[in-house]
Amino acid sequence: MRDETPDARRQTPHEPAAALFREVLSYADDNLVLAQRLSGWVASAPDLETDIALANIALDHLGVARALLAHAGEIEGRGRSEDDLAMLRSEREFTNLLLCELPNGDFAHTITRQFLFDAYQLCLWELLSAHSGATLAGVAAKAIMEARYHFRFSSSWVVRLGGGTDESHRRMETAIGDIWRFVDEMFEDDPNRRASWSRLIDPVLAEATLEKPAQVHQRRGGRQGIHTEHLGHLLAEMQSMARSYPGVAW
Amino acid sequence: MSADQLGPDQRGPARFEALLEAEDKIEPTDWMPEGYRQTLIRQIAQHAHSEIIGMQPEGNWISRAPSLRRKAILIAKVQDEAGHGLYLYSAAETLGVTRDEMLAMLHSGRQKYSSIFNYPTLSWADMGTIGWLVDGAAITNQVMLKRCSYGPYARAMVKICLEESFHQRQGYEIMLTLCRGTDQQKAMAQDALDRWWWPSLMMFGPHDSESTHTEQSIEWKIKRVSNDDLRQQFVDMTVPQADFLGLKIPDPNLSWNEERGHYDFGPIDWDEFWAVVKGNGPMNRERIEHKRQSWEEGAWVREAAVAYAAKQLRPKHTRFAS
Amino acid sequence: MTYSVPKVAGEAEMTVGRDEATSQWPMWEVFIRQRRGLSHVHVGSLHAPDAETALMSARDVYTRRVEGVSIWVVPSTEIVASDPDDAEAFFGSIEKPYRHATHYEIPDEVGQM
Repeated sequence: MRDETPDARRQTPHEPAAALFREVLSYADDNLVLAQRLSGWVASAPDLETDIALANIALDHLGVARALLAHAGEIEGRGRSEDDLAMLRSEREFTNLLLCELPNGDFAHTITRQFLFDAYQLCLWELLSAHSGATLAGVAAKAIMEARYHFRFSSSWVVRLGGGTDESHRRMETAIGDIWRFVDEMFEDDPNRRASWSRLIDPVLAEATLEKPAQVHQRRGGRQGIHTEHLGHLLAEMQSMARSYPGVAW
Repeated sequence: MSADQLGPDQRGPARFEALLEAEDKIEPTDWMPEGYRQTLIRQIAQHAHSEIIGMQPEGNWISRAPSLRRKAILIAKVQDEAGHGLYLYSAAETLGVTRDEMLAMLHSGRQKYSSIFNYPTLSWADMGTIGWLVDGAAITNQVMLKRCSYGPYARAMVKICLEESFHQRQGYEIMLTLCRGTDQQKAMAQDALDRWWWPSLMMFGPHDSESTHTEQSIEWKIKRVSNDDLRQQFVDMTVPQADFLGLKIPDPNLSWNEERGHYDFGPIDWDEFWAVVKGNGPMNRERIEHKRQSWEEGAWVREAAVAYAAKQLRPKHTRFAS
Repeated sequence: MTYSVPKVAGEAEMTVGRDEATSQWPMWEVFIRQRRGLSHVHVGSLHAPDAETALMSARDVYTRRVEGVSIWVVPSTEIVASDPDDAEAFFGSIEKPYRHATHYEIPDEVGQM
């Protein structure tokens, strides 16, 4: 749990290591879990070009996750590697946003999840590229380039699916309806960020002729390690080799 | 005889023969015999299909890759295969067939793909053997195809070769790590080799004496080296690599022949080969079914994009991120 | 990867079934300027429903290893090509030796020219 305000945390020259460790780990987990989800589209996408695009995005998220996991391990100072953190923590120790662990569903669900998260990360990396910690700032500065491209890609599909056929519009409405209750969690750290996020997504939804759902009861808990039932299965698969053959090199 | 002296019907065929003779490339708008065109369409399309279907056996292990580095490498490799399929479909399209038509033929079983991909990937070590053996076999073939007479196919092969270099290396690195690891890991590696060795040899196709069309393909400079020669090349290259790993190739007849300067190896089970080619291999149905299902489930997406594009009165470039 | 797929005896010759082709995405030719100072070079083609998607796909498909500072995508139908039958007439008389520097003899004493 955060015991400092977000702004104070960023301006303090000497971060309490534990809080920073938890923060960096949560961003790592977002990207790791989402990379795992996205890579499920490989060899299954609607067309070849989209297959290649989704794999690119998955690799970007995985790259960010690895950089942040390594950094988290350094901060922690107990010698845990990126793989120790990824493969040996339990579900209750993962602190990703619930949004990231949602199943792929159909392409509309995947694109909606991506779109909402891309806008969130775009705002986040912008903020973190001014972080007092050089490593985190560096990761953020690189990640923001990728996030811009991801947002362009996911926005482009939101518009095409929203404004395409009756069926694609209907599927997008369903996807937004299913996913909207995981949105608020993105801003529980910093409600101020929601305004910039809305400024990014609103015009796109408008162009896509899609509406934001009315007030929906929001699910939370990811940052506290209280997940949906999806994460357990995701981790069981992702961690299966490391847990079956503990301590060996691959 | 100069071009001026030829009648209009003779100019095309004469130029075609002259280009082949001079080791020049045939380009898309050149005259070509209909048989040449059809042979190339079939060969390039099936090569492309092989890349695409080949994504599945390896894709099967992305979610369970034992480390993040291996996961990243595997995603990148499978993504490359998608790209290679794309380059090849593009090359085939220069011959007057569309990508959708080729996919329809893949889905209906009228066009095929390399039978190696009809085997299941049952352990992590299979990722090693696929990279080491299957990509190794492909590379043996590749150098030859860069010299193919048809320009777009040859150029696609040059691009593919450039990207291919890490594929075999990452597979062999997986094998090395396993063989230097625990007894369990080494056993995993040996088991994978036991299952993938013979299918890899079958990748080169039947003996040339039994292969129809080899002669014509060689005359047209589509095929530059015989199946048996390529297979021999592969065995000679691979045996020392297996020795280095400390793994045993599952062939009791494998032995170095000093006279020939090559390895002798045992007979291939052609019954298994033809069974798999005809659709009765372990994973034939699943591979095509997966491909067909993904295509069908994605139809609404492709249609939506077409509908959206049609609605735009003028193409506009919308920038969402600054 | 490179594969041969043997022909099965009795297998029907491939026929192109146009009625089976769904409404597909048009084809685009892709040109990439790798670095400032270089020209755009044709790198291949891809399918996309519109220009914006074609640009993004070109970036995803063709710049994974090769750097790119600028991408052009052109609908393949917009490419106008010279006719190979006219190649001799079109290109044949281009040889005008007096356009080339080597046609001219300049004494060495004159220096670099």
